[in-house]
Amino acid sequence: MSRQNTRLDQKKVNTELLTLAYGSFVTQILHDQNLNIDEVNKNLERIGYNIGLRLIEDFLSRTAAPRCLEMRETADRIQQAFRIYLNIQPAITNWSSSSDEFSLIFENNPLIDFVELPPEFSNLRYSAIICGCIRGALEMVQQEVQCFLVQDQLKSDSCTEIRVKFIRRLEDAIPAGED
Amino acid sequence: MDKFEALKISTKPKNVLDKSLSKGKGEVSHAIFALLFSEMVQYCQSKSYTVPELQAKLHEMGADVGNRVVDLYFVRDRNSKRETKIIQMLLFIKTTLWKNLFGKEAEKLEQSHDDERTYYIIEKEPLVNAYISVPKDKSSLNCASFTAGIVESVLTLCGFNCKVSSHWHKGTTYMVKFEDHVINRDKQMEEK
Repeated sequence: MSRQNTRLDQKKVNTELLTLAYGSFVTQILHDQNLNIDEVNKNLERIGYNIGLRLIEDFLSRTAAPRCLEMRETADRIQQAFRIYLNIQPAITNWSSSSDEFSLIFENNPLIDFVELPPEFSNLRYSAIICGCIRGALEMVQQEVQCFLVQDQLKSDSCTEIRVKFIRRLEDAIPAGED
Repeated sequence: MDKFEALKISTKPKNVLDKSLSKGKGEVSHAIFALLFSEMVQYCQSKSYTVPELQAKLHEMGADVGNRVVDLYFVRDRNSKRETKIIQMLLFIKTTLWKNLFGKEAEKLEQSHDDERTYYIIEKEPLVNAYISVPKDKSSLNCASFTAGIVESVLTLCGFNCKVSSHWHKGTTYMVKFEDHVINRDKQMEEK
């Protein structure tokens, strides 16, 4: 634990670099998929998923977070991750009555600064990468979730809302030697 | 009904040009950028067969970023005044552009001894290359061609047509090769 701070990269980068790099990435994918929006959406989600698979390692070593026992804890962790990685604090709201589904709401989505969607791209889920990221990261800690954009500021909504829904616990995925 | 229409318009999100220009001081974690960049490299790799092809794709993506920062940085940091001389322009890249994008200046700016058209921008540890280990069979691969793409498009859009490539030399060296007419123009300006 004591070495944690020396080993982990605390460095920050300018948000605009991330925003613009992501923008050019999306543009490239749009181009490669001949503007087939459905394919692009799938691509973006999968890219996020890949990032999530690796990001969770960084998150766990940075925070030394224990295993979450219920969805509310998971929600707090996700909120914390947003703070660490994107420097924003989403609100956790709209819990379902069975406490297995909630929304993350935030207004300042760093990915969409400078972005405007042309009308013909109204189906593009530009921020789908975040959903993929949450899904990938949670899968690595044995939680299968569904994650999707409910509100999107690029489509005249006043905020970005991401819905996270618990599907099941992935019991089989626990590697031998862990209890 | 008219009232309702008006109401609808007012709730529409602001056009990006209606908003005031952000200061650009926001920060995100380096880890998330590194992972995104890694995905970009993997994506380009899946679409290409050779190292030059892969670098060309990264270069292209960088160019897209360059297109967008030219105006942004000149408006924000230089009072909307563009540079007209090669040296001043390169210094702008080395200092302002680098500081804004990567949080530090590039280490060195040099002119080639044997070719007046060629300049070098040298960066010891490019931010984009952190955490990238180059496989042995692809030793010429330098993912900083993304940055080279940014530099090339910024210079070209400012009227300094050139080609920029990235090389492994003293860290990473970006070789900027201007077209002849750019050099000639610069000389004419000096004579005046």
